[in-house]
Amino acid sequence: MAASYFDVDGTLVRTNLVHPTLFYLLNQATPARTLARLGGALLRAPLLALAELRDRRAFNEELYMLFRGMSEDRLHALADEAVDKVLRPAIFQGSKDLIRRSKDLGHQVVICSGALDFLMRPLARELGADDIIANRLEFKEGYASGRMLPPVVAGPAKALLLREHARTHGHRLDDCFAYSDSYSDVPMLSVVGHPSAVNPDAALLRLAHAHRWPVVHLDRTP
Amino acid sequence: MTHPCIVTLDRKSAPRVLFSGNRLVEVDLPAGTRVIYPKPPLEGLKDPDSAIRYAINHPYNREPLYALLRPGMKVVIAMDDISLPLPPMKRPDVRERVLTIVLQLLADHGVDDVEIIIATSVHRKMTGPEVRHCVGDRIFDAYWPKRLYNHDAEDRDNMAFVGETDLGERVVLNKRAVESDLLIYVNLNLVPMDGGHKSVAVGLCGYESLKAHHNPKVMRNCHSYMDPKTSELNTIVERMGKVTNQVLKVFTIETTVNNRMFDRPLGFLHKNEDDWTSNEKLSWKALQFTLDRTPAEARQKIFEKVPSPFELTGVYAGETEAVHAHTLKRCFEQYCVPVEGQADILVSGIPYVSPYNVNAFLNPLLVQVMAQGYLFNMYRGRPLVKKGGTMIITHPCTDRFDHAQHAPYVEFVHRLLPETRDAMQLHKRFESEFAAHPAYLQMYRRGNAYHPVHAFFMWYWGEAGRQHVGRVIVVGADNAYIPQVLGYETARSMHEALEMAKDSAPPNPQITCMHLPPIVMADMVAPRGVAT
Repeated sequence: MAASYFDVDGTLVRTNLVHPTLFYLLNQATPARTLARLGGALLRAPLLALAELRDRRAFNEELYMLFRGMSEDRLHALADEAVDKVLRPAIFQGSKDLIRRSKDLGHQVVICSGALDFLMRPLARELGADDIIANRLEFKEGYASGRMLPPVVAGPAKALLLREHARTHGHRLDDCFAYSDSYSDVPMLSVVGHPSAVNPDAALLRLAHAHRWPVVHLDRTP
Repeated sequence: MTHPCIVTLDRKSAPRVLFSGNRLVEVDLPAGTRVIYPKPPLEGLKDPDSAIRYAINHPYNREPLYALLRPGMKVVIAMDDISLPLPPMKRPDVRERVLTIVLQLLADHGVDDVEIIIATSVHRKMTGPEVRHCVGDRIFDAYWPKRLYNHDAEDRDNMAFVGETDLGERVVLNKRAVESDLLIYVNLNLVPMDGGHKSVAVGLCGYESLKAHHNPKVMRNCHSYMDPKTSELNTIVERMGKVTNQVLKVFTIETTVNNRMFDRPLGFLHKNEDDWTSNEKLSWKALQFTLDRTPAEARQKIFEKVPSPFELTGVYAGETEAVHAHTLKRCFEQYCVPVEGQADILVSGIPYVSPYNVNAFLNPLLVQVMAQGYLFNMYRGRPLVKKGGTMIITHPCTDRFDHAQHAPYVEFVHRLLPETRDAMQLHKRFESEFAAHPAYLQMYRRGNAYHPVHAFFMWYWGEAGRQHVGRVIVVGADNAYIPQVLGYETARSMHEALEMAKDSAPPNPQITCMHLPPIVMADMVAPRGVAT
């Protein structure tokens, strides 16, 4: 059996990591806490912008610091609602069809995202995916420390995690498919036999054309 | 006496001008070479709109269209896609003329529930501007995209089972068309393999139905595609079409156009080079000078931008088979040139356009389709070239593909063909893998790409030619790899190609040059005194 690995943000849904994070910031236990969280986020905005320029992992690390001090219970309790209100409406029209056709091939469908695991699990159920590779927050005494547990899912590390996943599940990488919208995922796309660019950014589009990879636009109406 | 469209060259004959992709090249052919030119364009109908009205009011084997209409009924109009005609024609396109009259008639009879489906089958979807060019501004603005749209053969929820032939071929068609009270098909019949039952039973079907006839076994038994009576492909499509017409109420409107492919400035390309006037010789030199100094990309764009001045030569309406008999007669009248005796060596230019690359580059797989598919099959009776004979084509065979339209072709040419050129092997080992490729399918569904199995169909399209022709030699290839992958030999000049071809030909071989476009078909008869 083979697997199909999907990046999520920009690939299967039009949102990015910031959208569900904002949902959490806006849904604190009290209005005062919400205001405090938003204020903190605004102060960190320049750091986030700088991190985004540096690399994807640095951005994720900065972004998830915004979760520091939130209780594990609350994060998990709000996950279904976050998916309902933020992610589900942002699923591209063709995403479920693409996943269904991957399953038709007998593939194990795996979401491979830098987003947080407690959000990716309900999203995977919604999309019909079988497994997830996602980031995990560190919790201390029931509260998020703001740090991610290793291995961090971002950039080139995605390729290593994908390889590891394929080996564990007995998939031949040559038979596997991978889909992403971002140039930062080129390592992940490069390790499988069947890479595809989905709603690609300009750099990935250029690369996809050079390597003659399929270019899919899930956001278009059939 | 030979037909006026057949010219035998002598030592004083001028070089012939042949297409080589998006360039035109002069080739010297030896004395004695037989050159077959297209027939002059048939005269266009003086009043096309009146002819269309007359046809739908005086149909063959059916009540007039108005008599089939009742207020509130559900109607689908299906029409041919951008693969017809070639190149796309000047506005107004024939389809715009027919649709305008039909839609007015429907409105006059209180029929409001009308959808127009472009019968693309597994071809690429037409873009908005292409559809606008085809149907005109008024219809486009009123119907696109909700009530005028491309067929989607992979929209599983919108395909419906119609029936099965006695031989088990399953007919699965566009659901909206199947559920309509009346299906009107608006066809533009460029070549004899178009139209008839193919319009609905192929144009509105999906892979499940297509694989019944688009496979190497069937393609090997087509002699030729352009002669429906001897084409197994056509026999199967007819069987499936009959099942379709038993279930669906189909009103067929077919149209034919003449072969006025080039407008006045390029009109000399229709003619014998020895008969060119001084002005035409100057025009040719100017054209050659311009094309030689224009980058390939721009040359392609120039050709794409020039629509053809085709004229309507016939409109026929009514029951599918009765209509198509008239259409075919008109088509053959325009294209067929009686030819006596097969050639040992067949020479032809490959132009920049095929049915499958409108507004895109003619990639290597389509070069093969043009050579062993279309050109080889341009005959009735017997092939223009003898069994085991040689085809010489002029084309650069550039390793270039349009990514948006032909992505699956790339993998087919670069991954599969180096493994095997055997169509049966390709069919058995790889077709189903491509047919289910999730990314390619999304490119077909949401973009403007051909369905992934189309690449296979393109290879099968050349199968009858591949089985018959001994060798194909390319003149003017800009690389050695692509011809090698396609199974072709290469030569630096026509002279060299002819010398190579003579190695496997009898002494004093018969050399024939098919001078196209415009379209010409050989009506092949055996030489006098030779039994067929």
